[in-house]
Amino acid sequence: MVIAEIAISLLILVGAFFLFVGSLGLAKLPDLMRRLHGPTKATTLGIGSMLIASMLYFWIVEGNPSIHELLITLFLFLTAPVTAQMIAKAYILHNIQEREVLTETGRPVGWATLDAAEADEHSEVTQTSSNA
Amino acid sequence: MIDIACIIATAIIAVASLLTLYRLARGPGVLDRILALDTLVINTIGLIVVIGLWFRTTMYFEAALLFAMVGFVTTVALCKYLLRGNIIE
Repeated sequence: MVIAEIAISLLILVGAFFLFVGSLGLAKLPDLMRRLHGPTKATTLGIGSMLIASMLYFWIVEGNPSIHELLITLFLFLTAPVTAQMIAKAYILHNIQEREVLTETGRPVGWATLDAAEADEHSEVTQTSSNA
Repeated sequence: MIDIACIIATAIIAVASLLTLYRLARGPGVLDRILALDTLVINTIGLIVVIGLWFRTTMYFEAALLFAMVGFVTTVALCKYLLRGNIIE
């Protein structure tokens, strides 16, 4: 039981440390593309280890296992990449200097944010959206 | 021992939230502020989980899940507005 408590305490502290690292990166790094790195660590490692600590606590110490933490973990792991990609796309659209740094895509169409692909005529979805 | 770890973790998360608030107030562009809001939501989820461990109750997990959902929807809606000038087309 003591070993479990030590493990839970360590996991809580590790989670808090990674949340701090994420916020420190957000505050200190010079531009937005680099600032995007920090909070990713906070989401995955920080919240992840805290939720593992919580699962261990309610499973070993209290004796009733719960899966609520798994739901939060799953949701955060699914949404964090979507959020980061949306922010990066908006940043590319709004910053003129950033566009000159972008490499070529190696395909007939350019970056999706700036250079939309030709609408596929056979696709039902694009037809309905173009009619509307 | 878990109590002491929870107190230390709460203090660390408070400092992290202050750093995030600094970026929220200072941030040169609107996207920095959106990212800072997203990070603030993440910090809040961590704080809620720690408080749930501290008070030994599972009551707060629904609150954490709701925070995660509202934070995600907020961030995506703000980015969508910046990208397209409209949220639901």
